[in-house]
Amino acid sequence: MGQFAQQLIVGLSVGATYALIALGYTMVYGVLRLINFAHGDVYMVGAVVGFYLARFAVGAGWGVAASLLLIFGGAIVVCVVLGFLIEFLAYRPLRNRPRIVVLITAIGVSLLLENTAQLQWVFGAQPQKYPTAIQLALNARIGSAASGIVVTRLDVLSLGLSLALMGALSWIVLRTRTGLALRAVSYRFDTAMLMGINTNRIISFTFMFGSGLAAVAGCMDGIRYNADPLMGIQYGLKAFIAAVLGGIGSIPGALLGALLIGITETMVKAYVSSSWADAVAFLVLVLILLIKPSGLFGRHEPEKV
Amino acid sequence: MKFTKAAVSGALALAVAIFAGQGACRKKTFDYDARSTIVLGQYASLTGGTADFGKSSNDGLQLALEQINASGGLLGKQVSVTTEDDQSNSDNAVAAVSKLINRDKVSAVIGEVASTRSLSGGGICQSSRIPMLSPASTNPQVTKTGDYIFRICFTDDFQGKICARFAKDQGWKRVAMLTDTANAYSKGLATAFKENFPVDMIVADENFKAEDKNFEAQLNKIKATNPDAIYLPAYYTEVGLIVTQARRAGMTMPFFGGDGWDSPQTQSNPDTVGCFYSDHYSANDPSEATQKFVKAFAKKYGHQPDAMAVLGYDAMGVMAQAIKDAGSADPKAIRDALAKIKNYDGASGQITIDENRNATKSIVILNVTGKPVPDLAKRYDPGE
Amino acid sequence: MNAITEHATPARFIAIRPRVPAWIANLALAGLLVGLWPINRLLVDQIDPYFLLIATTIGVSVILATSLNLVIGISGQFSLGHAAFMAIGAYTTGIILRHYKIVEPAHGAFQLAAAGEFAGAILLGALFAAIAGLFIGIPTLRLRGDYLAIATLGFGEILFVAINNTENIGPFMVGGSSGLYGVPIYRDTRFFWVWGFAIVCIVCTWRIVYSSRGKAFLALREDEIAAAAMGVDTTWYKVAAFVIGAFFAGIAGGLASVISGNLDPGSYRFIKSVEIVVMVVLGGSGSITGVILAAALLTMLPEGLRFLKEATGPAFPADQLRMIIYSLTLILLMILRPTGLLGRRELFPMRRRFARTAAGGTA
Repeated sequence: MGQFAQQLIVGLSVGATYALIALGYTMVYGVLRLINFAHGDVYMVGAVVGFYLARFAVGAGWGVAASLLLIFGGAIVVCVVLGFLIEFLAYRPLRNRPRIVVLITAIGVSLLLENTAQLQWVFGAQPQKYPTAIQLALNARIGSAASGIVVTRLDVLSLGLSLALMGALSWIVLRTRTGLALRAVSYRFDTAMLMGINTNRIISFTFMFGSGLAAVAGCMDGIRYNADPLMGIQYGLKAFIAAVLGGIGSIPGALLGALLIGITETMVKAYVSSSWADAVAFLVLVLILLIKPSGLFGRHEPEKV
Repeated sequence: MKFTKAAVSGALALAVAIFAGQGACRKKTFDYDARSTIVLGQYASLTGGTADFGKSSNDGLQLALEQINASGGLLGKQVSVTTEDDQSNSDNAVAAVSKLINRDKVSAVIGEVASTRSLSGGGICQSSRIPMLSPASTNPQVTKTGDYIFRICFTDDFQGKICARFAKDQGWKRVAMLTDTANAYSKGLATAFKENFPVDMIVADENFKAEDKNFEAQLNKIKATNPDAIYLPAYYTEVGLIVTQARRAGMTMPFFGGDGWDSPQTQSNPDTVGCFYSDHYSANDPSEATQKFVKAFAKKYGHQPDAMAVLGYDAMGVMAQAIKDAGSADPKAIRDALAKIKNYDGASGQITIDENRNATKSIVILNVTGKPVPDLAKRYDPGE
Repeated sequence: MNAITEHATPARFIAIRPRVPAWIANLALAGLLVGLWPINRLLVDQIDPYFLLIATTIGVSVILATSLNLVIGISGQFSLGHAAFMAIGAYTTGIILRHYKIVEPAHGAFQLAAAGEFAGAILLGALFAAIAGLFIGIPTLRLRGDYLAIATLGFGEILFVAINNTENIGPFMVGGSSGLYGVPIYRDTRFFWVWGFAIVCIVCTWRIVYSSRGKAFLALREDEIAAAAMGVDTTWYKVAAFVIGAFFAGIAGGLASVISGNLDPGSYRFIKSVEIVVMVVLGGSGSITGVILAAALLTMLPEGLRFLKEATGPAFPADQLRMIIYSLTLILLMILRPTGLLGRRELFPMRRRFARTAAGGTA
């Protein structure tokens, strides 16, 4: 039982980072109907920027709290700008082109980020660990009870942050004027434009917000594991699958889907076979596509002429 | 009617083609000794996923080459090594080796570090009858490609066996295993370990895949079996992640693994202190050849050599010895001389090439202490 | 000039029935294949094996790109799993050749039985790839197009995990993560086989595209809903294009297996699929000759970088640089010239001439 509870905590903690990335996928898909392949790489950039900032902060002798503030703050700023630039430079010129053209561009952007990061004078091909002081601070255990169940600060932080940020996002979408516009754009792009909504601004906002969330996830995983120029591929894919599972376009769906994927994966590793765990996420994808393509919370949307 | 026409003219053309094809002549031979220098080839992963290994091995090789040429070269000629980058990709390794053999007309090929790419490149070398010497490919299959393929390192079989023996010597009664299933090296070591360690003393046998970052599910499972030690044959990046996650989960037992651990990252990680791994050599080895190499390497590159560097250095040294013994730069003569290498005094210990073209040499177990150079915990000689 | 969105003039889609009788066309094809044999012998004897190897590898890329062009350029679906189908072909062929010890006849002599066995192994690999394509295609192609990208990507990953975890299938060795080593290398005849299959693949694609059924594929690409409204069974045609593409990818994989003699599961992953996509996009999705040209260019690129590296030193990051060139090519082409180098045009204006006559005939 203790074992099961422990694995559940691991699953939730892993799923929480998937959720932060999945929110970005789901938002972009909601407004543009685009699988933003580069989103996983924005998450990677977050981890890389965080790595350099952490090294700087620790080298300059900053305290842990100040360092963390710098790491997360700096990574968010860089990724928000990056998200804006990707949309502005690569996707905006293609607004009225067929989906396949935008999709190919997205792959291009993703490869560009990955391979630029791998250049020796940018980051290098080898994964790098964050400074030990930062890792130790967040890896500290919280109340190791007699049951032997281990919960670290990072577990709590990641779950707390993704719940809080999802809450913030829901509030923006449901309670603010920007959110209203966002919903309008995602409902009918052309009609929203006719209603006087600046769709380009809304789309930029979506990319920037999603990238900021990815930056948070990137820093968290950077601290927990390491910064790796290819980390965005696996996590990006799984987060996307989570978004599809939850119903792409749905915010609570993304969170629930991500937690489900995280828990399923962990449980498969723990109780079935760890060598096949990676295939599970994709199996889930194929099953959803076969059984309920609109996902758990998605609305069914027939294609219109 | 139409079909008959097609069939007849097709058959006619086929016949002409076959005769024309059979009549053409075969290629002429190339005289390797007529050149003013001895040209060798190297293919290595200087970029891409395993660039660290390739670069390190190349550093060692270049140092040896420098020393050989400074002392007058071989057979009165200078030696040049043409290096091709295979970008850590096995299809690219095929093209790289083909270029070395056919364009540069090298007498012999040194490479690769990774076994999959040595298998790809080895196929070309074998069919072109050019000897290939791998510095660090430990997969048993590599030299089974054919009689032109050699290596100067021990095999996974031997390394896994020694790790099992070391575990027994340490008195560990409950050993858990954690293997990388996407990595042939890791699987090879694990298989050899299992064959040489009592089954009832292996309490857990878990897997992961190299690109994973979270190993907590497997570690929690292992933790529940309460092992004395955990065998982790993997590359250093995953080793770092796994050991750190294990310590965070409250697991304090030692981990032990193979030469994939060899990296400054392993030494600088506070969580790996107290762990063991098998390796090709110890920089603390008092032997003269080793100390001479370590000093020269540190002087040239400004850091301590790792296992790949020492193997690159020895590969060049063994190749030079073979050319000297052969008295010729002819590929066939070099092959025959390589097969007869005996007690070569290398920086990584004495090297003897056996009848299967593998090196029989001793193996060391290193103990991570947090210092830049790990301690030598134990040495096992090939007979054991 | 934005031909992907531009609705082409009807004349361009008029079915062309070439006036050359079919049997002459078939005979010409047979002659071409037969003529390839002495050309192969000549090249093996006279040409530097390194250049011949690259010429052969180009043939494999041509098959891969032409077959993916059928999926992306001609029916407008986006697959990111082409390398996975290639892997199925490579492994099937490699396993059979290795297990039954079907080796190349000495000195590349032509023996009908050996040739039959080899071609059989290749075609079986292609068949398996096509079956896999059917299983992936049916559930995903019913849905919005962009799911295909993710589903094929996922299929590639599952296949990679599966190969890594499979040492043997019954008596057949698969090799797991070490890869399948010891596949016989067809040193003296691989050029013939590769280009022979490449010609067949190109001709098949050509005939599919410029047949009356081919119009359905093109209609699908231009506007799926409109095509459906006109009575085109969209799912059927999408699956058909996808399965044919997978079939030829399987052939390419089988041929690749006798080039290196060693199959590394890691070399059939996402990046390989992307390389093929770049070939199609650069060449001009929809243009058969353009894609062939791009496949040749991009296959030579890493070798070109190899010679460039000799001038710049060993630490030259050729791999990253190549991928950066690829990614920038993708982005810039999509923004500036989404039709690729040749657009819909073909290198040889034959089709246009026919098209004009056809249009003229109806006018």
